[in-house]
Order: sequence, then structure tokens, then C-alpha cells
Amino acid sequence: MTDDELLARFEARIDRGEKIEPGDWMPERYRSGLIRMISQHAHSEIIGALPEGAWIPYAPTLKRKMTLIAKVQDEVGHGQMLYRAAETLGITREEMIDQLLTGKATYSNVFNYPAETWADVALIGWLIDGAAIVNQTKLLLGSYGPYARAMERICFEEGFHLKQGYDAICVLMAGTPSQRAMVQDALNRWWWPIMMFQGPRDKDSVHSAELLRWKVKIKTNDELRQEFLTKFVPKILAFGLVIPDPELRFHEETKEWTFTEPDWDEFKRVIRGGGPMNKERLGVRRLAHESGRWVREALDAFVREGRAA
Amino acid sequence: MKRWNFTPYHQQIDEGLAILGTPLPEHDTQWPEWEVFVQAKRGGPHVNVGAVHAPDPEMALLLAKENFIRREPCVNLWIVNTEDIHATASEDDALFQYTFDRTYRNTTGFKLDKPTAE
Ligand SMILES: [Fe+2]
Ligand SMILES: [Fe+2]
Repeated sequence: MTDDELLARFEARIDRGEKIEPGDWMPERYRSGLIRMISQHAHSEIIGALPEGAWIPYAPTLKRKMTLIAKVQDEVGHGQMLYRAAETLGITREEMIDQLLTGKATYSNVFNYPAETWADVALIGWLIDGAAIVNQTKLLLGSYGPYARAMERICFEEGFHLKQGYDAICVLMAGTPSQRAMVQDALNRWWWPIMMFQGPRDKDSVHSAELLRWKVKIKTNDELRQEFLTKFVPKILAFGLVIPDPELRFHEETKEWTFTEPDWDEFKRVIRGGGPMNKERLGVRRLAHESGRWVREALDAFVREGRAA
Repeated sequence: MKRWNFTPYHQQIDEGLAILGTPLPEHDTQWPEWEVFVQAKRGGPHVNVGAVHAPDPEMALLLAKENFIRREPCVNLWIVNTEDIHATASEDDALFQYTFDRTYRNTTGFKLDKPTAE
């Protein structure tokens, strides 16, 4: 078969709603686009565990502590599942981890901001996991089998992340004036990173059209952002919280939100490593990697030399 | 003053920053992959749920439990070295298309609502 015929067969399969599996012929840009997307997603899960992981010793109750440990463990597990999904496309986990540790890879910008208070942790669980769910429930419908399968398990667990975050916010909002003020302060600082979470505006997004046609992406960044706002703004306002964007408005006629654009120059700066926490996140990740090295080497030696030795 | 007798990584940011730019050793561990099969209840089938990397089967079982059985039901786990799985080529799905009507192999191929002379 010629490449054109192979491409036609590949696209017909996707149009029929069938999944692509690892052994199938696929265009090089499909493969590389998926590797970029899945590895970036995996890195985000791994780095995303850090701001919350740092709060485990300070969780206000034993139940919150156990919940937070469970959530952080889930996120690291998501990272592992996604590295494995990307590996089916011909890259190794080791290569991806190296790319992350040497600063060559990117991950979600939102994790390059500091989690300063317990309200930040609650808000991350609610709104950032909430924004992630908006994306991830779409990725379930994606065309690549191993990625979609991983997404099923991940979405199931994200449901718990969202619920526990919302629950923690409810408790704070039913608390003292200073607890409520803490949530408002968290919202003020996180609103703009959250508005950037779905990625650049469609008109500035470089990869989109082809990846949408091949169902690597299902919705555009702008569509996902609109969906996030529709789902969460009413819930935020129901608490009596104030969203720090006076221009945010829903238009009945167009069924669309208009809002103040977040600072897209800041977005570019942070993705290039210039965010408030980029260095710390990678430093902590690298230290954890180095601290675990002796365990990996010991296991290798144990298997090599045999347990009887 | 340290308030804990352990040192979570996030309290060692300076140590992390100090090694951040240093080169990584050329070979880290890229362990073999093991496919994980979960039996959710006695009498049910073992279903493939994903894979883990591990140096040996014992470690693979441990990691499979940590990765895939954090909250879902399970009574038994299998792991199989991914390299030991032999499969038809995924593009060969035409191999499984029937070339002629095979309803005679199914209950739907027979309509015996009343006795008839053949
Ligand atoms: Fe996750
Ligand atoms: Fe999550």
C-alpha cells in the first residue's frame, strides 16, 4: 500500500470512531504529536503532585491528611500509566524522565505557582482538578487506544479529587471569617493561572487543526475554557466568592463567556522556565530521583545476582 | 528549628537546586514491562488493566497492586512479561472478518417456531 492509501485507511478508521492501536500504521506527525501530548500530561501529573505533597505534613486533620496522601499517590500513578501509554509509541520512560529532569520537557504551567495556604490545596483539588476533568473526559474520546484506556482509570480517580477538594472548600466557607478570607485570597491568586490552564487561545495555538482531525484533541482550548467557566463559575459565585475579573460575563444570546484575557506573555515566560516555582519543582523532583537511585540499583543487583546469593 | 524527625523533599529545596544543573548518569533503570491482569471476583476472568515496569515478577506484583488496586475490588493478580505476549498484527483485523454467512453457527440461524416439513 502507498502512504496515501495507508493514510486514507487510517483516517477512515478514525472517522468511523474506531481506536488506533500501537501496531497500526500511523502518520509520523500523529505519533510525535501524541508523544508530545502524553508525555507532557505524564510530567504534569508527576510535578502536580509536588505542591500538594508538600502540604501532607500540615494537613489540618487526620482524615484530610490520609485523603491528601491518597490523592498525591493517585497523581503519581497517573504519571506512571501515562508514561506507559506514551511508550507504546516508541519512546522509553527513561528518555521521558530524563527530558523532564534536564528541563527539556514542559508540563502544565499551573504547577509552577506556589501553594501558600491550606485553602490553596483545597482550591487546587476543586478547580484545577475540575479543569483537568473537563479536558480529560474529552481525551477519553480520543483516537489512540492506550491513551484513552489510561484516561478511563484516571477520570474515575479524578472524580474523587474533585469531590474532596470541593468538600474541603465547603468546610472552609462554612467556617470563620478568616477561613473564608483565606479561600478568597487563594481564588485571587489562582484565578489567572487557572484561566491559562487550557492552554493558549485557539488563534495562537500552533498544533491544533491536524490533531483535532485525527482526534488526538477533541475540543479546542477555547472551547474547553468556555466549558470550564460554564461548569464552575456558578458554583464559585454560590459560595459568595468574588472572581477577580470584573469583565467576566455570560452572554445568553451567544451562550459564551467573555472575560479579561490572562497575561499570555506570562504564560510564555513560565513555560520557558521563568515561573515563580519552576526551579524549585525540578530541583525537588531531581532530588527525589537521586535519593531513590540506590533503591533502583539495589533492586537491579538483587535480580542480577539472584536472591539466593 | 526543625519540627519533624523526617525530611520531606520539599524542605530540602536548596539541596535540590544544588544538583539541578548537574548531568544525569548515562544509564538509569529502564526495567522490563509487565502486563497486569486483575481478577475482580472469584469465578470472574482476569482482565488486563495496564502495565508496570519492574526488575522481577515479585516487584511487578507489588507495583501492580500499588498502581491498580488502590480502591477497586481484586481477589487475584497476574503479571506477564510483555515480551511473552504473542499477538496477531493489529492491522490484520481482516483476518477475523467472515467471508460468508455464518449465522448457521448461531442460535439466530434457526427459526423453528412451528414444525415444518423440510
Ligand atoms: Fe491526575
Ligand atoms: Fe487529580
